[in-house]
Amino acid sequence: MLLSVKDIHKTYTTADGPFAVLRGIDLRLAAGETLALTGESGSGKSTLLHLIGGLDTPDQGQIMIEGQDIAALDDNGRAALRRGTVGVVFQQFNLIPSLKVVDNIAFQARLADQYDPNWVGTLADRMGLTEQLNKYPEQLSGGQQQRVAIARTLAPKPRLVLADEPTGNLDEATAATVMDLMLELVAETGAGLLMVTHSEALAGRMASRLHLRAGQLA
Amino acid sequence: MTRATLQALLSHWWRNPLQLFTLLAGLALATALWSGVQAVNAEARASYDAAAAALGEGQYDRLLRRDGQPMDQATYITLRRAGWLVSPVVQGRLNDVRIIGIDPLTAPGDIGPVAIGEDADVVGFLTGAGQLFANAETAQRLTGQQVIITPEAAPGTAITDIGVAQRLLGKQGQIDSLIIAPAQPRSQPPLEDIAPQLLRRAAQGGSDIGRLTDSFHLNLTAFGLLSFAVGIFIVHGAIGLAFEQRRPVVRTLRALGLPLRRLIILMGAELVLFALFAGAIGVALGYVIAALLLPDVAATLRGLYGADVSGTLQLRPVWWLSGLSIALGGTALAASGALYRLSKMPLLAAAQPRALAMAAGRNAVIQGAGAAVLLAVAVVLMFTAQGLIGGFSLLAALLIGAALALPLILDRVLAACSGLARSVTAQWFWSDTRQQLPGLSLALMALLLAMAANVGVSTMVSSFRLTFVEFLDQRLSSELYVSTEDATQSQMLTAFAVPRVDAILPIQFADTEIAGQPTEVYGARDHHTYRDNWIFLQNSAAPWDTTFGGQTILINEQLARRGGLGIGDQVQLQDQVFLIAGIYGDYGNPIGQAVISEAQFAGLYPGITAQRFGLRLDPDHVPGFVAALEAEAGIPATQTVDQARIKAISLQVFERTFTVTTALNILTLAVAGFAILMSLLTLATMRVPQLAPAWAMGMTRGQLGKLELLRAVLLAVLTAMVALPLGLALAWALLAVVNVAAFGWELPMYLFPGDYARLGIFALLAAALAALWPAKRLARTPPADLLKVFSNER
Repeated sequence: MLLSVKDIHKTYTTADGPFAVLRGIDLRLAAGETLALTGESGSGKSTLLHLIGGLDTPDQGQIMIEGQDIAALDDNGRAALRRGTVGVVFQQFNLIPSLKVVDNIAFQARLADQYDPNWVGTLADRMGLTEQLNKYPEQLSGGQQQRVAIARTLAPKPRLVLADEPTGNLDEATAATVMDLMLELVAETGAGLLMVTHSEALAGRMASRLHLRAGQLA
Repeated sequence: MTRATLQALLSHWWRNPLQLFTLLAGLALATALWSGVQAVNAEARASYDAAAAALGEGQYDRLLRRDGQPMDQATYITLRRAGWLVSPVVQGRLNDVRIIGIDPLTAPGDIGPVAIGEDADVVGFLTGAGQLFANAETAQRLTGQQVIITPEAAPGTAITDIGVAQRLLGKQGQIDSLIIAPAQPRSQPPLEDIAPQLLRRAAQGGSDIGRLTDSFHLNLTAFGLLSFAVGIFIVHGAIGLAFEQRRPVVRTLRALGLPLRRLIILMGAELVLFALFAGAIGVALGYVIAALLLPDVAATLRGLYGADVSGTLQLRPVWWLSGLSIALGGTALAASGALYRLSKMPLLAAAQPRALAMAAGRNAVIQGAGAAVLLAVAVVLMFTAQGLIGGFSLLAALLIGAALALPLILDRVLAACSGLARSVTAQWFWSDTRQQLPGLSLALMALLLAMAANVGVSTMVSSFRLTFVEFLDQRLSSELYVSTEDATQSQMLTAFAVPRVDAILPIQFADTEIAGQPTEVYGARDHHTYRDNWIFLQNSAAPWDTTFGGQTILINEQLARRGGLGIGDQVQLQDQVFLIAGIYGDYGNPIGQAVISEAQFAGLYPGITAQRFGLRLDPDHVPGFVAALEAEAGIPATQTVDQARIKAISLQVFERTFTVTTALNILTLAVAGFAILMSLLTLATMRVPQLAPAWAMGMTRGQLGKLELLRAVLLAVLTAMVALPLGLALAWALLAVVNVAAFGWELPMYLFPGDYARLGIFALLAAALAALWPAKRLARTPPADLLKVFSNER
């Protein structure tokens, strides 16, 4: 099993007291599978994604990725996990503004020491970015920037792709195009895809879906 | 991973070259000013040390005559015969070069510019036709002499055999002092039995000149430090802004799998690289600054302290190292906060750059508390500070406290103005200015420090100048001053002058010690010139009457402060006891001075005859008198100097003394102006999102540009208003605390509104000039860039 989440709990301290964001979440995802995670704002979707991506740590429970319990990893271990095994696509793109498109795409692969110029070239080509390679992110449209972000995530060929509202900042037509490309490329790499989305249409394109409500699976 | 990360980090600077330039230029300027001053100090100290080594000052005890006059050769022979291991020294000036004559056979081995005691040509030294050792600069002044170039020789000093020195200086058979060898035989008769007229002066553990000039160098160092602080403000601002702008990138890098530790190390390494690069430029620039300042410093030290300092700079490795270290230290100081915040930043912190205003709001409480504590410390120190350390602590507390308080004061003023604004534009302008404040606060703090230093130092210098000019008028009251070559010429002068002038006032003095302080005692002739012109800081009734009557003594302020003496206290000169009847100001003199009557002086120092005279006569008769003196008495005009010329020379020495201070002052102000320019330019790139809504709502780009300019000038005006009282407090601290500790005298403080107004206008012009370019850029922002602000909103 690529991903196995068992009885995850997470509570934040707020001005009004403790707030339980996740209350006993269980889920599994195999390599090559796609899973949509839907729910209202504040239901805990993004928190769950951050925990699986090693960006945050759970208060309780176990997250196994390829048999490795990531809750037991220290900061360096979690960083190594994010570099190679897991790739995250953010809603805000999070490109490096001072690097050209070509360097942004190659960046994570170089960080993970898995840089393959042919694969990076293929990704750029498939994402329709060939003409934009020498531009800076600020010179691209939102849709183009998100395509760069997806290419960057896929460049080191991660086994698990996590996507947090990847089309949330794009118009409907652009969102559909970007989604097509992402699903196509994820399928080609054989990675598992877990996507957080508000969009029923996008969720419908995943092999399975889970709905979160008030920190629990509905 | 390291390569990719470094590429990402360094690409920020590539895309923001202005920010990189600000950082490097700030650091280079800070290092340049600091290391320039340090180079000047190091060069001067090396000169003192070389001079001290030449005479063994600070290492060996010496024997001198109690009355300060040379001893005869017989005294030396008597001491040697009695078993005293002493070595004779003769010194004097020839063509403005200090000539030191030593006996290489008896002198301790490490005395002199060369290792005479080891493998040097002692025979040549002894038998040459006047072989002198001096550096190349000094050798040029010794025309007609056989000089062996010795680079390590003290500047302005030549060493030779004692016989040669006696011949060159016209001191045949005379010895100025005797160096006492450290190891002496046990069965030595006491000094009092064989030479009671001699005084043993203990080794001082360092050169006299070194100690005397310490305060001058401390002043320079303080200025160097102030300039460095202003530069570090720029660096701090540049690093803070760069880190702020890179927060989203840092989050992304970490989210993509870069370990925090590696990130911190790489960002630290990046800064080290910049620090070394900028430091190297700074040290090179510092060398140029030092080379430009050194001739004036050398002249100042010569004029004030009689210290010979080389006018040319040598490259010293330790100086390079210290320059680079200070650059690294400054960068660490400026970046430590930003790096610390970065290391503590949660991975899931908001990716957007924090609003500077919000961050400043959170820090305001801490900053305000720090300012309050420092200003409270300054107030306490105003009443209690003593000595140089106390004085500089007061200055530091005052300056740093005020700098920390400035943004808070400005924020309050802007908030009040915002509340009073009636029109929409004015309301927007005030609130927008307030929002800009945090981004500009470091540059404004730098401007505050530079302006306050300017007000403080110019008040001190101008007060000093006023006091000094008054003092010169009092002290240089004779219309003509004449120097004679010997006692015979003195008699000729007296005989010639008596029927032609109103009064002849001999200027005669002896070196001695009073209350443990080196002091020059003058013997003054009873004349109304003194009663009419000298102003006392403190005095008993009719001080001149009792002094000319032989019962009392008058002392200068330096001696009173250092010796802890006051009116009515007793002091002893040889076996004679005097009561202190007056304390007078004696500005520019580093050592103690005392005045007794001419008769008392003759009794105490019978061997000293006056060789300088002040003559009182009708000023219109001076040229005729000088001509007649040469024609009839054979005393050439070159031996005379009239009142106006001597005042001009004294004022020239005074002006040169503060040339360095003025130069550093201007440099500091220029650095502060540069800080404003760089801050405004950097902020201008971040201003578009704030200006776009105002533009969209109907303001033209030209209006926005003008308002930007107005904003910079307004902030400079407000800063100047805080700088003025701060500068006056600084002046008071310099005059009443630092000056007393450094030089031994207190100066009255005068105010110079015209100077302050001029400085204020300069500062406004500097701010306006600095703001002109960024404002112009903003006024020409393409509408497409302004529209982008809205198109990016989602």
